[in-house]
Amino acid sequence: MKLTQISVFLENRKGRLYDVCSLLGKTGINIRALTIAETETFGVLRIVVDKSDLAIQTLRKNNFVANLTDVVAIEVGDKPGGLAEILKVFADNDVNVEYMYGFVEKFSDNALLVFRFEDTDNATKILADKGVKVVTRKEIEGL
Amino acid sequence: MIWKKEIECMQLAELKKLQTDYLKKLIPYIYNNCPVYKKKIDEAGIKPDQIKSIDDIKRLPFTTKIDMRDNYPYGLFSNKGKDVVEIHISSGTTGNPTLVGYTRYDVSLWSEVMARTICCAGGEPGDTIQIAYGYGLFTGGLGFHYGALELGMRIIPTSAGQTARQIKIMQDFKPKVIACTPSYVLYMAEEAKAMGIDPAKGNWKIGIFGAEPWSESMRKEIEQVWNMSATDVYGLSEIIGPGVAQECTHKEGLHIYSDVFYPEIIDPKTDQEVKEGESGELVITTLTKQAIPLIRYRTRDIVSIRYDKCKCGRTSPRISKIKGRTDDMIIVRGINVFPSQIEHVLLGIKGTQPHYQIIVDRKAHQLDEVEVLVEVEEKIFSDEVKKLNELSQKIKKEIEAALSIGVKVTLVEPKTIQRSEGKAKRIIDKRII
Repeated sequence: MKLTQISVFLENRKGRLYDVCSLLGKTGINIRALTIAETETFGVLRIVVDKSDLAIQTLRKNNFVANLTDVVAIEVGDKPGGLAEILKVFADNDVNVEYMYGFVEKFSDNALLVFRFEDTDNATKILADKGVKVVTRKEIEGL
Repeated sequence: MIWKKEIECMQLAELKKLQTDYLKKLIPYIYNNCPVYKKKIDEAGIKPDQIKSIDDIKRLPFTTKIDMRDNYPYGLFSNKGKDVVEIHISSGTTGNPTLVGYTRYDVSLWSEVMARTICCAGGEPGDTIQIAYGYGLFTGGLGFHYGALELGMRIIPTSAGQTARQIKIMQDFKPKVIACTPSYVLYMAEEAKAMGIDPAKGNWKIGIFGAEPWSESMRKEIEQVWNMSATDVYGLSEIIGPGVAQECTHKEGLHIYSDVFYPEIIDPKTDQEVKEGESGELVITTLTKQAIPLIRYRTRDIVSIRYDKCKCGRTSPRISKIKGRTDDMIIVRGINVFPSQIEHVLLGIKGTQPHYQIIVDRKAHQLDEVEVLVEVEEKIFSDEVKKLNELSQKIKKEIEAALSIGVKVTLVEPKTIQRSEGKAKRIIDKRII
């Protein structure tokens, strides 16, 4: 089950991250997971939210450059070697991870991580074959 | 020293007679040898024999950069046969480049006006000159070379670049004259200091600087740091290259060689001549050139002109330093840059929109820097930073190939580029010149 991530282009300017977050806040959108990739002059904010359709509409209406990307959220055992265990599945099956980051909150005893794969369809298939639990959209919305 | 005293100090009435003689020969020559000009002159309703005095020049049609481009390569040539011994090509704005050519006579004319130029600045036969203008398709290096040869100087043809080597040569050969862009000479001073060398401790007499705009404060700085007299040279390849006008040691305007490059100053809106001393667009007719003589060429440079005799003894009229441009061209490190070139590149890259802004800056003692801001559109935006970096590298490479200068490309959010009256401001020139 794939989730929708929203990516937003941000210039390295004072207050830009605040602008995005306050806009989403005012619209009643809750950020579930977040990461920023930064370069010298710009950054890309990546977020998973509870209402992604509303979020992207709102961002675009306010002149932000934003797009949608398919990602997968996986529960990982919150213990030493927990992440390594899941990464071994990817390594053994030639699944390439572009980037990953953690959720703000947990919804069980496990840690919750967002993965962006090079080939998302193939990755979800392998995860299903291997019986790895992925988090559904409904679960995210209900967090 | 005045190289061609009988011309440079000629009474204005005599000069006018000489200009008239030249123009009366020039117009039939062009009319009979260049079909493009024949058509232009016919369309203006002029017969070549109606041109009886230099004052009749006002009746003739203008020539523009667009004419040069549209008639590339040889359309505006009056002699494109085997008498043409040298050609120079400058990079094009959006389409064709600009081609100019020289017959043997044209090269000798160039040599002569450049010898006048170097003398006017204060150079003399026997002086050693380091020519650090680029040699090659750019007319700067070779123009100075021909003039210095004509004058009988010792030439060190370093061309531009390889700064450490330039400085070593200065140490070993102690030249009296240097010719290069003003920003490069300041850059070299910084490099020399970094190498532990005091630039002022040379044998310098004068510097001849041009090919880009510069100010009185830059002049003071150059004179102080190099312990030399810094003078301004004006020229453009369409007319001949460097050697159209040059400051004398009094530095009260640039003496224009009006016996061969006839100047008019016009209001670019009305095309009418402005009063003496008023600013307007400089228009030049090359009175004696053979390969590609130009009639009333619109330089797009804004200057004023004065006709009074100079303290140096020369009567040749003096133009001011360039006060501006009638178009949006900027000059960066001696290279002409038009925003349209960047627009053209962006339109050629899939997904990019021609929403851009050019920022030109000159930090203290540094060469001019160009930053191009490009607005990121949804079509090209990616959640992956590496893809965005690849895009910005691609834009950078293509702009650099089009402009022939290094640029920095910065991706910005849409609608961040300042728009005034609905029209985007394409150039921000932060250089203090």
